[in-house]
Amino acid sequence: MDDVFLLLLSTLDSTLRVSAPLVLCAMAGIFSERSGIIDISLEGKLLAAAFSAAAVAAISGSAFIGLGAAIITSVLMALLHGFACITHRGNQVVSGLAINILASGLTVTLGGAWFHKGGQTPTLSGDARFSPITLPGADFLSEIPFLGTIYVELISGHNLLVYIAFLAVPITWWALYKTRFGLRLRAVGENPQAVDTAGISVTFLRYRSVIIAGILCGIAGAYLSTGQNAAFGKEMSAGQGYIALAAMIFGKWKPVPGLLACMLFGFLDAMAVRLQGVAIPGIGEIPVQFMQALPYVLTVILLAGFIGKAVAPKAIGRPYVKER
Amino acid sequence: MSVERIKAQGSEAVGGQSAPPPSIELPAIELKAISKSFGPVKANQNVDLKVLPGTIHGIIGENGAGKSTLMSILYGFYEADSGEILINGQKKKIHSSRDAISFGIGMVHQHFMLVETFTVLENVMLGAEGAPLLNKSSQTAREELLKLSKEYSLAVDPDAMTGDLPVGLQQRVEILKALYRGAEILILDEPTGVLTPQETDQLFKILNILRSRGVSIILITHKLQEIMAITDRVSVMRAGTMVSERETSATSKNELAELMVGRKVLLEVDKTDANPGEILLDAKNLSYREDGVTKLDDVSITLHAGEIVGIAGVSGNGQTELLAALSGICPLQTGSIDIGPVQITSKNHKNPKEFRELSVGHVPEDRHRMGMVTAFNAQETAIMGFHEDPAYNGKVLMDNKAVQEHCTRLMQDYDVRPEDPKLKSANFSGGNQQKLVLAREMDRRPEVLLVGQPTRGVDIGAIEFIHKNLIAMRDAGSAILVVSVELEEIMSLSDRILVMFEGRIVGEVAGKDADARQLGLLMGNAGTQSKTSSEQQNNNNTTHSEEIPA
Repeated sequence: MDDVFLLLLSTLDSTLRVSAPLVLCAMAGIFSERSGIIDISLEGKLLAAAFSAAAVAAISGSAFIGLGAAIITSVLMALLHGFACITHRGNQVVSGLAINILASGLTVTLGGAWFHKGGQTPTLSGDARFSPITLPGADFLSEIPFLGTIYVELISGHNLLVYIAFLAVPITWWALYKTRFGLRLRAVGENPQAVDTAGISVTFLRYRSVIIAGILCGIAGAYLSTGQNAAFGKEMSAGQGYIALAAMIFGKWKPVPGLLACMLFGFLDAMAVRLQGVAIPGIGEIPVQFMQALPYVLTVILLAGFIGKAVAPKAIGRPYVKER
Repeated sequence: MSVERIKAQGSEAVGGQSAPPPSIELPAIELKAISKSFGPVKANQNVDLKVLPGTIHGIIGENGAGKSTLMSILYGFYEADSGEILINGQKKKIHSSRDAISFGIGMVHQHFMLVETFTVLENVMLGAEGAPLLNKSSQTAREELLKLSKEYSLAVDPDAMTGDLPVGLQQRVEILKALYRGAEILILDEPTGVLTPQETDQLFKILNILRSRGVSIILITHKLQEIMAITDRVSVMRAGTMVSERETSATSKNELAELMVGRKVLLEVDKTDANPGEILLDAKNLSYREDGVTKLDDVSITLHAGEIVGIAGVSGNGQTELLAALSGICPLQTGSIDIGPVQITSKNHKNPKEFRELSVGHVPEDRHRMGMVTAFNAQETAIMGFHEDPAYNGKVLMDNKAVQEHCTRLMQDYDVRPEDPKLKSANFSGGNQQKLVLAREMDRRPEVLLVGQPTRGVDIGAIEFIHKNLIAMRDAGSAILVVSVELEEIMSLSDRILVMFEGRIVGEVAGKDADARQLGLLMGNAGTQSKTSSEQQNNNNTTHSEEIPA
């Protein structure tokens, strides 16, 4: 019993760690898409931010400076996306795709040129990484059976960025539903003309939304290379931006359902790691590849099966043109 | 430009309403020599306008006369190339809608500027929230909204989901939105286009209340009877210029129509009694479901030779699906259509081409989407659907000369201007596009002609022409089905009127006996049992959230 409990806890623990970047990206997607800008460039921003974080942290020796660099990089890419889609009314999917390709190519090229490690960045250690934080009272509470164990094993002991990721959900919810900015943001994704005729600038509002998306993706990227891992590796985002996008759509562009969807993906991923080499009675050993493919397969199934039912913001994907 | 301005405005009582003598008052709005061009198109040229406070001022003109542009300039959507705007006598620069709002100008757009997934309260607040956090400001907004609702008798539930409200109430939300922002000058752009006659009456009552509270109202419309019914003064625009200004009580529909078009226009349709002959099309028990929603519910229609049957109804009550079923666009699900000796059922489907071969012509409701390809030139539009006819084809290639000759003849016969078969369809005005599509269908002399919205977006002059041709076709022995949201058009054209509501035919009235009020009640389905009539309930309810059909 105790063993199963601990196994469950450690699986959930890794679920949190795996889903943290997904949650950040999904919230980024919510900000961008609720304002009417399709954001498939989550993936590219994530990858570019991961590279910047690792590269700058390696040089400066500080994870926080790396984080700052990651956010700046990601915001710049978001602004590029905004410049193409908002100012020049370009196709949002094409622009997003272009950013993804740009990030994929640029990280490898620059990484190769600067560090000569085949696209990798140097391995980080010490202050150049976000290390686990032991929450106050963990030692003391570990004595308490059940709840104490949960606190120590599951809640305590993550790095700062994981906590930020999960804090981002209530903050996103609060910003969307409880602030003037959120009201306007939701309105501009549904009917930009209503916003314009109310005397609010559609352009400025949408730029602010994509910038927030950029900041969140930047944090997620820093987490990938300086929190979860200790270096940047080629294509290390591995489609997580897309998975976050899928989770966000599956969560109907709402923060809490989006969080749950991300955690579902994270859980599957954690299971995949956990079940490697484990023989399941009656089935035998499940090939690792099968488990690793599961989140992606699930993405396809969820999107194919549920996208029809999810109601997207009405003006999503349509550049705003003033009409008579 | 000949502006027949009535100089001594002080000497006239305005509309006989509550407005005090205007001589001592500055105009609420004065536009001086406003000009605006879009590329080579002069949308407004030297336009002058004076709106006196506490009056309803109508602006009438055909499509493209520049009414909307002028109002967009006033509301800050565009900036004028030249000219001045004076508000309450003071010169103002309006760069954006925000400026306009701050000067007390509110606008109710033709297409509502509402977020459908928001509550009424959220829509009213949007852009005028006050503080950055919503908690407190939504509380004060709610109080203010309820106060306004009471003061102006504009009952609406602040927590209702806006998209679920009937259009009449959505429009009310728009008016409240403007008042909430402190509007003293209210612009309404074609406000009655989407309303039933009852809702229109309701709107006019509201406008009267607003006027009595000192709000100045600009009403833009192309409907003459509305100008006559509600305005104090009226300005007429034609081709980007202000051609005339009149006191409403001193003018007539005929005079206004003539000013609008620039020549004499026959407003009433001149027709003799119908002489119905044999049955040409007999549709029985048509039902149609789409995505689980019943669009047509057991509809039966008989069309006789030599009569015009009109379908009245608020748009979206099954008229589109009826036309689609009768023209073969949607395969039948249940029921049957007899056209001469041929019977069409769900098992024996015929496509639109085969319907055409059975001599059923169809002028679709939405000409841009279904009636033509706007990127094609006129001669291609003129043969679409009949393009396989050997007359237009050589052995391998199309016979362009024959196509061009055909189009030229149609353009002459149906007065399509400019008479240029090579001109892109999109570059014709709405009326001329419609005449081209009508010409294509009517020229084949079909036994049955289905016409959706014959005069939507069409100028008065062209309306007269289209109506005359439809009557002529009827007299030549065709059966014609007309679907239109313009009740007046249905009443003046039809020999029989059927009213549709939620996919059913809820009433039939002889064309001669038709009366707008009675038809309006049928259109809102107030005639039958307990189904909701938006109008009656709206009069006295504040908690409005019932299941009125969208």
